[in-house]
Formats: sequence, C-alpha cells, structure tokens
Amino acid sequence: MTNFASAFEKLLINLINESMNQYETVFILTPVLSDVQMKEAVEKFKGILTAEGAEIINEENWGLKKLAYPIEKKSTGFYQLIEFNAAPEVIKKLELNYRRDERVIRYITIKMDKYAAEYAAKRRNVKSAKKED
Amino acid sequence: MAQQQSEIRYLTPPSVDVKKKKYCRFKKNGIKYIDYKDPEFLKKFLNEQGKILPRRITGTSLKFQRRIAQAVKRARHLALLPFVTDMMK
Repeated sequence: MTNFASAFEKLLINLINESMNQYETVFILTPVLSDVQMKEAVEKFKGILTAEGAEIINEENWGLKKLAYPIEKKSTGFYQLIEFNAAPEVIKKLELNYRRDERVIRYITIKMDKYAAEYAAKRRNVKSAKKED
Repeated sequence: MAQQQSEIRYLTPPSVDVKKKKYCRFKKNGIKYIDYKDPEFLKKFLNEQGKILPRRITGTSLKFQRRIAQAVKRARHLALLPFVTDMMK
C-alpha cells in the first residue's frame, strides 16, 4: 500500500516537472525611482515568482539605460532580466502584476526553447568568467 | 597623367561575371539562437532607417530570416531598437 502511494507521488512529481517551462522576462522600470526603490520593485517581482513556486535561475540588472524611443515621455529606464523555471499559470499572474504596477513601463516574457536555454547558459558562463577576472 | 590611366582602368572592370555566392551566416557558423537582447548584433540586419533588410540582400535562409524578424520586433518592443529612425549607422 505504501509502495503504491510512493509510486503515485512520483507520478505526480513527474507531472509537475513536465508542466514546468523555462522562461525569461525583461521589464523596464521608470527612471524616476531611486536605486533603493528600484531594488525594492525588483524584489517585489522576484517575491511574486518565488511565492508561485517558480525557481529563479538567473537575474541581471542592466542598470539605467537609454531607450531607443521615448516611452511615457521618458527617455531612460532601469532594465531587469530574470530567468526562471515555472508552470505556465504563473506567467498570467506575473503579467497581471506588471500591468498593475505603475513603475513598470514595459515588459516581455518569453518561453525559452532548448536553443535559447543553451544560449542563456553560455551567456551566464561568460558573465561569471568575467567576474572572476 | 597617372590619374587618367587609373580612371580608364576603372571604366573597364576585368571581371564582370564573377558573382560572390551569398550564404546564410547562421547556417555557416552554426548559430542556433538569435538573441533579442543584443541590439548591436541585430543592427547588422537593419538599414539606416531601422527597417529589416530583405533576405535577397543579407543572404539569410528563410528559417533564420523569420527568427531575425522575431528578435528585431522583440527588441523594438523593449526600446532596444527604434521603430523608425534616420542615420542609424
């Protein structure tokens, strides 16, 4: 009986793992924020992800960058990239939160295929190697 | 006098029919993923107005042309590349 239960559990875990996808999301925050406020906003979105059971793989803060064209009459913005593993339902909630948050002026969330994941892993390695140097 | 000679040479190019064969740089270099977060790379496929260059000029295969278009459009959405501009290069 216990055997059966553990087998069932394994099946469930497998199902959950299969329903996980790798995503990456980039969002732009308004430049009117201070550094502390910006970090706070980033932490908020990371908190949303982890609360939904997502596993954060990588994050990059690109800092204040010039925009190629003005958005909401602003010519700069804070860029933030987060890579994570999550179930598809998480994305809806994340994007709803992006839309509700006035500090976010642009966002994009992309499901990564195997080539994208490969590229991202390479990018991470290059970044970490640079840090060591 | 020397200048005149060089001009004459220019008027009769020696080989007209030698065409360089175009190739798809992604297939040749084994690039499998085009990153939308790298605007400097994507600029190679844009003209100075920021429009996507046609395949007949860049020589990209259809498969990767589609991916370039996708990546450029994502980069534009994130304001990494402009939708319209002048004198980009």
